[in-house]
Amino acid sequence: MAQVLDKPVRLKAPVSPAERTARRRSLLEWVAIHSLGVAAALFFVLPFVFVFLTSLMSDTQALSRDLIPHTWEWSNYKKVFDTPGFLTWWKNTLIYAGLGTVLTVVSSIPVAYALAKFRFRGRSLSLMLVISMMMLPPQVIIIPMYLFWAKQLDLSGTLWPLIIPMAFGDAFSIFLLRQFLMTIPNEYIDAAKVDGCGDFRTLLKVVLPMAKPGIAAVGLFQFFYAWNDYFGPQIYASENPGAWTLSYGLESFKGAHHTDWNLTMAATVLVMAPVILVFFFAQKAFVEGVTLTGVKG
Amino acid sequence: MSTVTLASKRRKQALRTAAFMSPWLIGFAVFFAYPLISTVYFSFMHYDGFKPPTWSGTKNWTYVFEHYPFFWPALRNTLWLVLVMVTLRVLFGLGVGLLITKIKTGTGVFRTLFYLPYLAPPVAATMAFAFLLNPGTGPVNSILEKVGIPAPGWFNDPTWSKPALTLLALWGIGDLMVIFMAALLDVPQEQYEAAELDGASAWQRFRYVTLPNISPIVMFAVVTGVIQTMQYYTQPLIAGKVASGVIQGAGTQFEPGYPEKSTLTLPQLVYNLGFQRFDYGSACVVALVLFALSMVFTAFLMRRRGGLNLAGD
Repeated sequence: MAQVLDKPVRLKAPVSPAERTARRRSLLEWVAIHSLGVAAALFFVLPFVFVFLTSLMSDTQALSRDLIPHTWEWSNYKKVFDTPGFLTWWKNTLIYAGLGTVLTVVSSIPVAYALAKFRFRGRSLSLMLVISMMMLPPQVIIIPMYLFWAKQLDLSGTLWPLIIPMAFGDAFSIFLLRQFLMTIPNEYIDAAKVDGCGDFRTLLKVVLPMAKPGIAAVGLFQFFYAWNDYFGPQIYASENPGAWTLSYGLESFKGAHHTDWNLTMAATVLVMAPVILVFFFAQKAFVEGVTLTGVKG
Repeated sequence: MSTVTLASKRRKQALRTAAFMSPWLIGFAVFFAYPLISTVYFSFMHYDGFKPPTWSGTKNWTYVFEHYPFFWPALRNTLWLVLVMVTLRVLFGLGVGLLITKIKTGTGVFRTLFYLPYLAPPVAATMAFAFLLNPGTGPVNSILEKVGIPAPGWFNDPTWSKPALTLLALWGIGDLMVIFMAALLDVPQEQYEAAELDGASAWQRFRYVTLPNISPIVMFAVVTGVIQTMQYYTQPLIAGKVASGVIQGAGTQFEPGYPEKSTLTLPQLVYNLGFQRFDYGSACVVALVLFALSMVFTAFLMRRRGGLNLAGD
């Protein structure tokens, strides 16, 4: 009896040799692909890990070739916050990114709506110009723009030359929103018209609630654009440390803490962290934005 | 309907369109058309920002093309970056996109990990890489030396500085991965099944089914990659500054393109000429070269046939 029970119980039909090699091959394929995946994941993640580990090293160890901290110096982060100016950079970045995002979204929505749903002469020309604006390197027009803001309006040393233009629509945001609004069926808009809604009310009451994911994507991209912007603050704010943003200040931080890689990396972590945190809460909107437009131009 | 009401309806519609478009119409005039025309104007003027501008004919143009020592190296670097960095980014992005569509376990985790570096602010990412690839104490060279591979000088060596920038660009592949992934998932499954029935190998399936289906996206990635390269500014600038150990402050001068002009790009020249040398006229010449190059590629991107139909109507 015992001998019989020890034998494996076969529940499925016998596996043919051909099927067995096929199974073995798919298992091998699974292992190969996931090993490749892990290797790629290491390439993408290890830089973050090394930066974080160095941010916790002591001053002397940061100058050595060690990879893992001997003592975990969490006080490095406090030191970064205590650096004069660091909190001001945060405040300025939040103003630039926050105010800029609100202005961009509010001013880009009607334009995107017109480009997506109105029929008018010059529509495709307008769209082509929007795409051209999107592709234009900011350096092409920076000389007249700087002279305009700094010499004529005397606004250099502030972030206003970067924020004010955002009240007049942003080419990338218009394009992204337009791509999104194209996917909303016209029937909803027609139905609202039949119910007696004007254009403005239709946009506000019918289209906007349906466009929430698109608006979220635009808002996020614009927020990150301002957060990451280095060139703009360098041109307009460099002369006044009171107007520096995190991206601009971070580089000068490295200059002031010439040899302190640990503090520099702690500051780097602090500049990266909010972006990554926001991403975890809004992954879907982000990925949608990238697929709709291909790229942040 | 009488002609009178039709005309008034048309007028009403035109007004409505103008009202909705007005933010952009103003933005276009003030922040695009006017500065673009002014850039052309200033390119023929001598202007230092203090004395009123004076006519200088083609002096700025001959200065930039014949005497400004940074122009040709910057253009050569751009060419290098277009050929090597853009090509590798597209190939690597496609590879990672393919990989992510094949991964069956933990897809979400892998996708998030592959995507994260794309979000890292350019200044922070470049500082991180300047540290990671630091020849003296950087972890990458520490590991390379432990394994017995001769460690390069990365951002401190003119032959390795552009490869180091390329590595940084490959790290931030997340955007391309996402668009390639979307394109790959859109390839009709029946075509793969038909190819498999015909006995096509994995490579043949990729070559004759996948590639033709995703070629518009590959094209899009190449052209937008080239346009991005025309705008490449923050990463090479920060890498050069950190590697040269410059201490930033008001009035400090920094050797553009450190080491040995190897990380110079055209946008950096606009800054150097305009905001460090206060030669606004010559800066506008470089700006116009940059404009011409990016518009050529933008036109290519918007071409109806062969390119990608971005307008989508």
